Amino acid sequence: MSTLKTLNGNQTIAEAVRQIDPDVLAAYPITPSTAIVETIAKFKADGLITGEFVCPESEHSAMSVCIGASSAGGRVMTATASQGLALMWEMLYIAAGLRLPIVAAIVNRSLSAPINIHGDHSDTMGARDSGWIQIYSENCQEAYDNFIQAFRIGEDLKVRTPVFVGLDGFIISHSLEVIQVEDDDKIKKFVGEYKPVYPLLDISRKMTVGPIDFTDYYFEHKRNQMEGIENAPSVIEAVGKEFGQKFGREYGFFEEYRMDDAELCIVVMSSAAGTCKDAVDELRSDGKRIGLLKPRIFRPFPYEKIAETLKKMKAVAVLDRSSSPGAFGAPLFTEVRSALYDYAERPYIVNYVYGLGGRDIKVEHFKEVALKLEKIAETGKVEETYGYINLRE
Amino acid sequence: MAKLKDLAAMEDRLVAGHGMCLGCGIPLIFKIILRATEDPLIIANATGCLEVCTTIFPRTSWNVTWIHSAFENAASTIAGVESMYKALKKKGRIPEDKKIKFLGVGGDGGTYDIGLQALSGAVERGHDIVYVCYDNNAYANTGGQRSSATPFGASATTSPEGAESPGKLQRRKDLTKILVAHNIPYVAQASPNRWQDLYKKAQKAFEIEGPAFLNVLCFCPTEWKYDESQGIRLAQTAIDTCVWPLYEVENGKYKINYIPKEKKPVLEWIKPQGRFRHLFKEENAWVLEEYQKQVDEDWEELNKLAKL
Repeated sequence: MSTLKTLNGNQTIAEAVRQIDPDVLAAYPITPSTAIVETIAKFKADGLITGEFVCPESEHSAMSVCIGASSAGGRVMTATASQGLALMWEMLYIAAGLRLPIVAAIVNRSLSAPINIHGDHSDTMGARDSGWIQIYSENCQEAYDNFIQAFRIGEDLKVRTPVFVGLDGFIISHSLEVIQVEDDDKIKKFVGEYKPVYPLLDISRKMTVGPIDFTDYYFEHKRNQMEGIENAPSVIEAVGKEFGQKFGREYGFFEEYRMDDAELCIVVMSSAAGTCKDAVDELRSDGKRIGLLKPRIFRPFPYEKIAETLKKMKAVAVLDRSSSPGAFGAPLFTEVRSALYDYAERPYIVNYVYGLGGRDIKVEHFKEVALKLEKIAETGKVEETYGYINLRE
Repeated sequence: MAKLKDLAAMEDRLVAGHGMCLGCGIPLIFKIILRATEDPLIIANATGCLEVCTTIFPRTSWNVTWIHSAFENAASTIAGVESMYKALKKKGRIPEDKKIKFLGVGGDGGTYDIGLQALSGAVERGHDIVYVCYDNNAYANTGGQRSSATPFGASATTSPEGAESPGKLQRRKDLTKILVAHNIPYVAQASPNRWQDLYKKAQKAFEIEGPAFLNVLCFCPTEWKYDESQGIRLAQTAIDTCVWPLYEVENGKYKINYIPKEKKPVLEWIKPQGRFRHLFKEENAWVLEEYQKQVDEDWEELNKLAKL
């Protein structure tokens, strides 16, 4: 029997970790993900997990320990945020390049300077080309569910790619929510046994892992690596369906909210999508034909599926919780806009950056966006393609 | 005492065909060290000469399981491998009686400098690993830039001698003592010219439970600029001048393993090497003097520690 528990985001991740009991857990504390690491340490001290808990001297070493451990041949996880993820940067590419299915809970937080401990997506968005699968969560329940599914997705033999599970710093990590916690044995069964691929610890086979490629092999090896993440969509879909069958909460690439007859759409990820749902409800009761599309999977980006959903809209606003200085719009926007390029029929599309450094976004802000979309749809004129929400200028 | 004949009969774990320079000290050092255990072995190698020259895809010189992930993290990578070994043993997925040894390897760049933090962390956490630094006094893989192990007064490409500089003006970092300060079971300094001593130290390092560290002087004809046939002689000069004393610290107890009958002047170490050539200019005489003073101070201090 699953049970209802009142947990915050960090506790839900720790709870999932306890149930999955990975073989090696290596993590360095950083706000706002510290409580995940502390809880794991306490689980270990209390004998509630059997895996090795390693507390390295930095995030760079935490990811290096994960890489060594995963290459050795077992299930591995870590957790970090912000500067911690930035310090792991070099190793993120190596984890992906060595095809190691490490799972990392990322409590999304802004990047310095200025230093700021609150939630935005600058950390994982900056790592969007590192080769990791990226899954984002709206609330604690999704963080729990996504984290569990991440092992199945990353470890699938067709995929063998590391996975980030993002949850917004403080807004999710530190907010209490009543969530459905599934039975330990059911989660263990769902995640299944780890299947090592060329483990270093199988010493009957001598191996050289991580040799140097010159111009004659590097390109082919990088191309082979991409195959893993390219194979991920069917696995993500199957795992999301199976999770739904087993636990009653099905997952896909994105969630559509009141999109049935929508003409206008707001695209926004993670915790802000919850607020956006309230705004959409209010706007709908005022007779506005507006809906929400909440991407769950950012890498691999579900281009076709998103484009098929959005192509019929009159106007779309993509809201990004990170920026890409000097680019034509922030990361989510450029993906969505690019996805729509091949369609003759496509909506007007604008981008708003919101919530950097944890700045609040409220129902009223989504309503302002809706007003702008309405005007664009009516007039056929886009005055600003790129703007900001709730910013003093 | 190990017999050379027996060691020579052992299977090579680092085999021929690598691309290291003529007269390089690295292969020699590792052929000795890798014979010091007969247990299965897993190596994590930092980026550097040894890594690059042995694993140009699709070829490898490693007849033993080996991993490279990056430059500064050989210690944390091998710590990860060792952690998984412990985990799988506890979970019964590796038989209890199966023994595997874990070795981290890096040059002075990957160990004294960029990898110091990862090494410090790994040994402080007490992983059952051996870490070997082959100290060739420079970033040789990238063409001879200074490291914190480059000797005082040596010319390196990022501490070049010139009209206004006599080369590197900073004293060498004493990494071996830094490792001693971690209070780990075994720390030693060795040199390939005393191969018996190196072999014994490697044996001890592999046998001891917990972290062990070996710092091995590694001659480098390319960056030290001497006749490549003279590496072993130069290493002998390093220990005779006390530029590189051979000693070990077992559970905190210092022991000097080689005391030269007659301590030779540092000048004899400097003379054959092109990287010190500029020190013979009149205006650089003080550098020579200062270098000798540093070596004398270090030797005196080591002797005091060994008497404690």
